[in-house]
Amino acid sequence: MTVVSTTKDPENLTLTLVAEFDSTPERVWSVWEDARKLEQWWGPPMWPATFTRHDFVVGGESRYHLTGPSGEVHHAFWRIHAIEKPFRIEFADGFAGDDGEPLAEMPPMTGYVTFEATISGTRMTAVTKFLDLAQMDMMIDMGMAEGMTEAVGQIDVLLSSASV
Amino acid sequence: MVVRVDLSEEDVDRIFKALADRTRRDILERAIHREQSVSALAHHYDMSFAAVQKHVAVLERAALVTKERRGREQIVRTNGPTIARAIALLDQYEQLWVDRAVQIDAVLARSDEEGGG
Repeated sequence: MTVVSTTKDPENLTLTLVAEFDSTPERVWSVWEDARKLEQWWGPPMWPATFTRHDFVVGGESRYHLTGPSGEVHHAFWRIHAIEKPFRIEFADGFAGDDGEPLAEMPPMTGYVTFEATISGTRMTAVTKFLDLAQMDMMIDMGMAEGMTEAVGQIDVLLSSASV
Repeated sequence: MVVRVDLSEEDVDRIFKALADRTRRDILERAIHREQSVSALAHHYDMSFAAVQKHVAVLERAALVTKERRGREQIVRTNGPTIARAIALLDQYEQLWVDRAVQIDAVLARSDEEGGG
């Protein structure tokens, strides 16, 4: 796997990650489609995700929760806007209340993911679009950044190996 | 709109380090008045273009300025507190997505071993 690039656009509040995997688009697609695979990678480090529902069709919804190192649980959901297997996914990702249902007062972020076949596998481009800084703060405030910053340095290693 | 600007210790370290140099303070002051190209900035100092570029990169890492390519020029602009905060938050999400890519790779490797899809 190679992280080809990450692009931060602070004016439009978008983050774009481009990564290449040595697997076919169908196989990379399966890590999104199959809830048991999805929960092995969606959560931040030390915050595993558990998907209790994963209706991976246009208009379908998912329910999941992230479990923190001290056993704290945060509920969240997906709502699928578009699916073109195995090329494209567009979905909303937002936080939910303790009952697991979406919180109307907390608008979700939007994910746009595309998959392209390459000579050696698949190029995946994942764009996350945020509405405002308050929304971006949510996840950080929940303490999930601790797991993220523990891996600091990893990104530089990956990007430098990408340019070799 | 009220903007909360809370910076981590690392953010503060980067800002103070960036401002501890006279050339970088001068670059920042010029860019506050109006946006500057790196080549225009380079004319003001008795150092190479590459050295000026390095100074700009230090200011960029501290989220004090943003560099944007416009045609053949690289334009340096100062960041207001909202942009600086957005960059700090995007840094964290960047790390999250890189972690996710690493974890996807591990999932793919495991499912390849099992020989299933």
